[in-house]
Amino acid sequence: MKDLGAPALMGISKVGKKSRPIKPDPHFGPPLKCTKRLKEIMTRHYMLSRYAEGAKPVAWVTSGAPVEVLRPFGIYTVYPENHGALCGAKKMGPELCAVAEEHGYHQDLCSYARIDLGHYFSGKTPAGKLPKPDLLFASNNICQTVAYWYKALSHYLKIPLILFDTPYNFREITDSDISYMVRQFEEMIPVLEQVSGRQFNYRKLQEYVRIGKDASLTWGEVLATMKSRPAPMTIFDAFGHMVPIVSLRGLPLALEYYRTLLSELRERVSHGVGAIKRERKRLMWDNIAIWYKMRDHSSLFAGQGMNFVTATYTNAWAETTPYMDENRPFESMARAYSLVILNNNLNSRLELMERLIKEYQVDGLVIHSARSCKPYSVGQYDLKRLLMERLEVPSVIIEADITDSRAYSEEQTRTRLEAFFEAMEG
Amino acid sequence: MDYFAGIDVGSLSTDVVILNGGGEVCGYSIIETGANSTEASEDALENALAQAGIGRGDLVKIVATGYGRVSVPLADRKFTEISCHALGAYYLFPYTGTVIDIGGQDSKVIRVGEGGKVVDFTMNDKCAAGTGRFLEVMAAKLRVPLDEMGDLSLHAKGEVQISSVCTVFAESEVVSLVARNHPREEILRGLHRAIVSRVWSMVKSIGVNGEVTMTGGVAKNSGVVVLMEERLGKTIHIHSEPQIIGALGAALLARRAFG
Repeated sequence: MKDLGAPALMGISKVGKKSRPIKPDPHFGPPLKCTKRLKEIMTRHYMLSRYAEGAKPVAWVTSGAPVEVLRPFGIYTVYPENHGALCGAKKMGPELCAVAEEHGYHQDLCSYARIDLGHYFSGKTPAGKLPKPDLLFASNNICQTVAYWYKALSHYLKIPLILFDTPYNFREITDSDISYMVRQFEEMIPVLEQVSGRQFNYRKLQEYVRIGKDASLTWGEVLATMKSRPAPMTIFDAFGHMVPIVSLRGLPLALEYYRTLLSELRERVSHGVGAIKRERKRLMWDNIAIWYKMRDHSSLFAGQGMNFVTATYTNAWAETTPYMDENRPFESMARAYSLVILNNNLNSRLELMERLIKEYQVDGLVIHSARSCKPYSVGQYDLKRLLMERLEVPSVIIEADITDSRAYSEEQTRTRLEAFFEAMEG
Repeated sequence: MDYFAGIDVGSLSTDVVILNGGGEVCGYSIIETGANSTEASEDALENALAQAGIGRGDLVKIVATGYGRVSVPLADRKFTEISCHALGAYYLFPYTGTVIDIGGQDSKVIRVGEGGKVVDFTMNDKCAAGTGRFLEVMAAKLRVPLDEMGDLSLHAKGEVQISSVCTVFAESEVVSLVARNHPREEILRGLHRAIVSRVWSMVKSIGVNGEVTMTGGVAKNSGVVVLMEERLGKTIHIHSEPQIIGALGAALLARRAFG
């Protein structure tokens, strides 16, 4: 569970520029019509954010934070992880990471954090300008790094940080865990009232929780269309179309968007339209995307007749949604947000992967060991071995990074992937 | 008669194996890759052809493998060295279930299934630890010829511990061990231990399955082999020319493609 999809935002920098037409890849089916709408939504979101500063309270939020609680206060939200993915896709990762490194941040620190800090120090961004925040809102349900990264931001920007601390789920979640998290929600309300100048409205919160839940459920249905053969989209599409569920969660716009996308995908399924023309093998992706290699990898796999039909990553924003309940907003959010994949034990991750492999009829697994994301990458070798033993699913591990391409070796990755293709073909 | 060639362009050496239609090796060559891998592949092929006593026109199919496989214009097809090592090892030792290949710039552990098929594999990450390059750097530092390292280390009375797996750090560790007058044999043994433990973690992640065959240049190093066998608790199959197994697998794939 982290950030989201950069490619959708690329339109921003193209405004006023002549774009070179991209030669269509013959291995792909017709493109999704919704992509245009997604670009509009996200371009608008980033454009508006330039004017939000001073007009509305702005919060920088981590991808896994229970953002619904911010919505009743009319707080404008910006997601540094989303911005990091955008920088990654625009191949600006190494440049911004290097700025943070010049300020003493270590190369082993998550590259989303380094990009964000690099942006803070240099002001460089492909999104025009990011609004200065009035508040920072982080949850350590995705990693412990965000706690320190946001503490650093809070120190530099001299603004309050709200940290939603989710106890790690070793076996099962207890009542005391839930009440510990509910107490945190209660304590953050007065801070949010002060930052926004608005009084807390419980009814509104209920409404945002309901909308957020509906959007997540619809996102789950969007992903489930990929159970069809051929799958109507690829996971590389989903990496882009997940932007609203991450950064517009709780807003009616996200729900509306996923309803449109869902109907387009169902239409494709009913007509047997696949994302790639010759879907011979179906794959699963593990971990965050390699943003700077999205296009290359998507063509490489499509050329082999292999389509990624599911990913633990995209699934993270649909997985715990059923726990959400507008009648018990705080308790239900505590449960839904603390049981996300990265805050849950490896057994549950193994079970999840087994379930996805069966439900989506997966023939092979590509595991991205991401240098940035330790909580996501830990245990991958064991998971690989166990899945091989239990389901005889061939898999390959590629070592890379989400946005810092300096940690990526083209030649070694290619050899691993080609060997994987050869093994899949027998 | 039909002949088939496999060309393995590695980081250190370029190897060629020529097979006849019956699957017998009738010529092979090993040369240094140098700066131009296309040239190296041409030269190695000529040597092997001369040894086999045949001309280029007798070759029906050529398969290239190894890191330089893309720069072999002669090749009809290309396969990764993972598939080639698995098939080559299986062909020589049919009960092979696990292949440990330690080459010049990478090392890999392959789980081999029926018919020499790759079931699973793992490779070292972007680091020279656990590769032939590690030993090459140390041999130069200790002024020991690469091919004598193994046997020398077997004569060590004791062993020094090399704590770093990083080639650069281990090199400076060796410098200070030399300065403290540690016997060269003992340092070598420590270095072999370091490479074995790095590769061992890969072996563990894939699991030992059936008989084990070692391929790649480092299989010629008796010091590494002895320590690896100790870890495994079983003997390892090694061909007299472990460097050509990738090229052999490639030639077998060329023959299979024709059949």
